[in-house]
Amino acid sequence: MSARPARTTDAGSTRTRRITHRPAARRVIRREALFGDLMIGLALVFVTVFTFAPILASLGLSFFSWDVISSPKFVAAANYERFFSDGPVLRSFSVTIAMALAIVVLQLFFGLVLAVLVNQRTTTFGKTLFRTVFYLPLLASTAAVSIFMGYLFDRTFGAINYYLGLLGLADVPWLTSPFGAQVTIVLIVVWQQVGFTFVLFVAALTSVPSDVLEAAAIDGAGPLRTLLSIKLPLISPTVLFAAVIAMINALQLFDQPYIMTKGGPGTATTTATIAMYQAGFQNLQFGYASAIAIVLLVLILAVTGLQFVASRKLVFYQ
Amino acid sequence: MTTTVISRRRPVLKVGKIIGLVVLLLAAVVALGPLLWSLTTSLRTPAEAFNNPPQWFPVRADFSNYAAVFQQIPIGQFFVNSVIVTVLIVAGQTVTCTLSGYAFAMVSFPGRNAIFGIFLATMMVPLQTIIIPVFVIIKTLGLSDNLLSLVIPALGSAFGTFLMRQYFMQMPRELGEAARIDGASHFGVFFQVYARMAAPAISTLAILNFSGFWAEFYRPLIFLQSQSNFTLPLGLVGLQGNLGTGSISVVLAGVIIAMIPSVLLFIVAQRYFIEGVTAGSFR
Repeated sequence: MSARPARTTDAGSTRTRRITHRPAARRVIRREALFGDLMIGLALVFVTVFTFAPILASLGLSFFSWDVISSPKFVAAANYERFFSDGPVLRSFSVTIAMALAIVVLQLFFGLVLAVLVNQRTTTFGKTLFRTVFYLPLLASTAAVSIFMGYLFDRTFGAINYYLGLLGLADVPWLTSPFGAQVTIVLIVVWQQVGFTFVLFVAALTSVPSDVLEAAAIDGAGPLRTLLSIKLPLISPTVLFAAVIAMINALQLFDQPYIMTKGGPGTATTTATIAMYQAGFQNLQFGYASAIAIVLLVLILAVTGLQFVASRKLVFYQ
Repeated sequence: MTTTVISRRRPVLKVGKIIGLVVLLLAAVVALGPLLWSLTTSLRTPAEAFNNPPQWFPVRADFSNYAAVFQQIPIGQFFVNSVIVTVLIVAGQTVTCTLSGYAFAMVSFPGRNAIFGIFLATMMVPLQTIIIPVFVIIKTLGLSDNLLSLVIPALGSAFGTFLMRQYFMQMPRELGEAARIDGASHFGVFFQVYARMAAPAISTLAILNFSGFWAEFYRPLIFLQSQSNFTLPLGLVGLQGNLGTGSISVVLAGVIIAMIPSVLLFIVAQRYFIEGVTAGSFR
């Protein structure tokens, strides 16, 4: 796999260098270059106009004050100064980070446990059945999940409090208390997303070479020993990848709190993206909202950078 | 010696297996429970929908909620809107990403690595970071409150390009070279040799895009204003708000209707859903 890209790029460039002195060959290369430009053209236009340029525009806009109606005013770093002294918005970031950490830990833990258990099942039928079941929540939209989970977690009428009541645990304020709402939303995200890490881990566990496992069995390693000393180290790149993807997604948490609690009670579940939405699309402070969005981007890039460092130091590559 | 080891370990293994199965079955109940509850509650009459205990098996299935949801909100319209947006994006990205992924993998042209670097750089960027400039572009183009405001910005994709490039890079270059010697044009080589072989990757990309855009809530919330333009997720949330808690069975009927295409597609193309999850893990 790693040899391939090197070979393809080298082949292209050495060929180019070797034969450019012949006019006919130059025409051939020009034609290939034109073909390449045409093939790339559509994607390049859309990615540039609707992703790359908007990143730069957001960065630029974060140094302006703009209410959409009048023309933008340059305010230097005022939006960032405001950000770092804006209590509610700072709190939205710390809430988001705390909830995201909880989501990632639970999602990895349950995904891993279920993947290990399914991987040990001997029949293909069992594997396929459980894989289908754990994937199903991902087929619902986050909006749909927020709607039916809102009913299930309803304090007075919800089925969850009904069953807890039978167990003697009456009246849990799932969505109506600040901490309860944070916990509930974490649980709901984990419920839906655990299938994602599960599928990743099953794929990784299946690709652990069987000769390694046989060697371990001959050396007398039991199932737990094999799991901890062989399987987990071998799938650690996938675990790290899953952690980063889950973290990046969780840091952008919007739909569930927006739909279920509108960021409340109070501001308990006002995540960073909800704070940014309020600043931009409710208060029409596009410059300040852009600054919030840029801080979010930096946070996500930092997580990605951390993955880079961690993959060098912690992860075991075969 | 060996006999003692075996006799000591076997019962432990058996107990472990049983505990494992119990955990899996419990997890399956937790995963399915809320979905099953939504389905069976959508078949109860509005009056008893919130009655506990929940009815897990529809003894007297009442389909009136499915008729009611069409009368109370334009859910047919939402459905059509979602189909239009999703189909156009899936089709558009299939074309743009296949073309560009192939070019990055197989064609040499000046600036290839620099342009690919730009694509890679945009992949980690959250939607929230670009939403304001995209919103301004949409307004400038006069596309506010128009389904095309969701479609046009999503027609290119750095991730899709990357996915297709990875797939094309695994293909043997000799095939294309042979076809060139036989007189095929550059486009002929792409279209007749490689694009056909890329069908699995194209299917994976299409499924990924379908799942993502069929369920999308954030951009519709910001770009669409009139109810007649709403897509399903936005429309359902609006329905919930309009009705309050009175007829949750009607809302849940809408939720189930919105899930039907995803479930049908999952039944016929499960493999590509699973591949879509692992496709991101480029190792």
